[in-house]
Amino acid sequence: MSSAHVTLRGVTKVFPASGGASGVHALGPIDLDIRKGEFFAVVGPSGCGKSTLLELIAGLTAPSEGDVEFEGRKIADIPDGVGVVFQEDASFSWLNVRDNIEFSLRGKDLPPEEKARRVEAAIVMMGLTDFARTYPAQLSGGMRQRVCIARTLVMEPRLILLDEPFGALDQQTRLLMGDEILKLWRATGATVFLITHALDEAAMLADRIGVMSARPGRLIDVVETNWPRDRDSRIVERDNFGLLTSRLWKSLREESMKTMGRTMGGA
Amino acid sequence: MRAVRIYQVAVIVGFVLLLEVLCLAGVIDKITMPAPHIILRDFVLMIVHRRYFSDIAITMTNVLIAFAAAFTVGVLTGTILHGYRTARDVLDPLFATYYAIPVFAFYPLFIVIFGLGDGPQLLIGFLLGVVAVIVTILNGLDRVPTVLKKTARINRLTALQTTMQVTLPFCAPYLLTAAKLALAYAFIGVIGSEFILARSGMGYEIGFAYTNFDNATMYPLILLILLMSIFANGLLSRWEKLLLARRGQH
Repeated sequence: MSSAHVTLRGVTKVFPASGGASGVHALGPIDLDIRKGEFFAVVGPSGCGKSTLLELIAGLTAPSEGDVEFEGRKIADIPDGVGVVFQEDASFSWLNVRDNIEFSLRGKDLPPEEKARRVEAAIVMMGLTDFARTYPAQLSGGMRQRVCIARTLVMEPRLILLDEPFGALDQQTRLLMGDEILKLWRATGATVFLITHALDEAAMLADRIGVMSARPGRLIDVVETNWPRDRDSRIVERDNFGLLTSRLWKSLREESMKTMGRTMGGA
Repeated sequence: MRAVRIYQVAVIVGFVLLLEVLCLAGVIDKITMPAPHIILRDFVLMIVHRRYFSDIAITMTNVLIAFAAAFTVGVLTGTILHGYRTARDVLDPLFATYYAIPVFAFYPLFIVIFGLGDGPQLLIGFLLGVVAVIVTILNGLDRVPTVLKKTARINRLTALQTTMQVTLPFCAPYLLTAAKLALAYAFIGVIGSEFILARSGMGYEIGFAYTNFDNATMYPLILLILLMSIFANGLLSRWEKLLLARRGQH
């Protein structure tokens, strides 16, 4: 049995095409072990299958070939203990902040006091105390994303999947949200899997960074950051931060050019 | 916003005043239409003396039944159809051409099948509204963001839970639009049918008064229908406005 928290073995994803045309080979083959409690980020050119990779781990889609395992069990459907935060606004506009967060606990077999405790803790942790009765439409994009993160937190997931969660936010907010995520990661002890197109974001947050090729996405490099666990956004001031992002870019540049060429060529 | 409301009231008041002047000046014959102040007086008398209350009750009951049936069946059908692409593709041409079919033309057939009771009126009120509800619900469900459906899956909701807790709440503004349409069509269907071949109801009394030049009955009943329709739609619109404001869509 693997000691890894998440394991991918020979995973590929081909999206079937209609009308007898050959399918789109989106991903793989990919082999990867994500360690328990680690912060793993994936960067790659647009359309390389990063989000597909996340959906495979989340159980939202099945691999065409290969196996994905979480805690030693093959993922066939949405596994227990996994929470996902998406790039798009996933807050429920008809529920206030508290009810949005409490949504994840509906139908869960938990005592009401425990549900209330978890919701309260998530509200405090995400700095939403003053907005508990506010509706998402009255909040900024960053605050709404906090609501979605809080909604994931109350599930007390052992694996948190983040699909470009700060993609729609400005640079300053991204840095601050990065700090929040690092705090959460330390506080919960969960394994975090982050998909991002921002090299500096990956370099600041992750213990290891997987670099993906152009479509069909494969892992072409895995970079260890060697940052201390107790870190925050000030890590960008370090000299080796620039070296790290340079290395990531070196690995990615050629792949990004392939994608750009494909796009410009209309393929 | 306040200015818009003032202008709206001013347009209505101005129109009524214009009618009043035209009636009093004899431009509009009093056999054709009495002056608005006389209609209002007859209306008050009708309410005070509880005249036609049994007809009003029959019509309102039928409107409510037709509305409830069209709304419930429409929402259920729309929600189920949304999950079945082929069935939807088959029915799409019917939905697209449905309102080109004059449902009232089938009234004699409905009388043969259901008799002269309330059945044909209810059926026409229902048939007029149900497709509008289905189309509106399908339109709303098409707009549910994929990310919300993914969130429902991550939360391990069943299909029914997803419908009840995510997709239908997202579609609440569309549900209200559907309710407004169903109500309007229920009024048109039921009262229109009563005109043709009913023995009671507001439509029947209006038709009867019309053939007897009984303006003191006809116009107050028309005014009552107007007021009820405006009141019901106003309530739904207000609710819709509150809902949209909460969602930042006003």
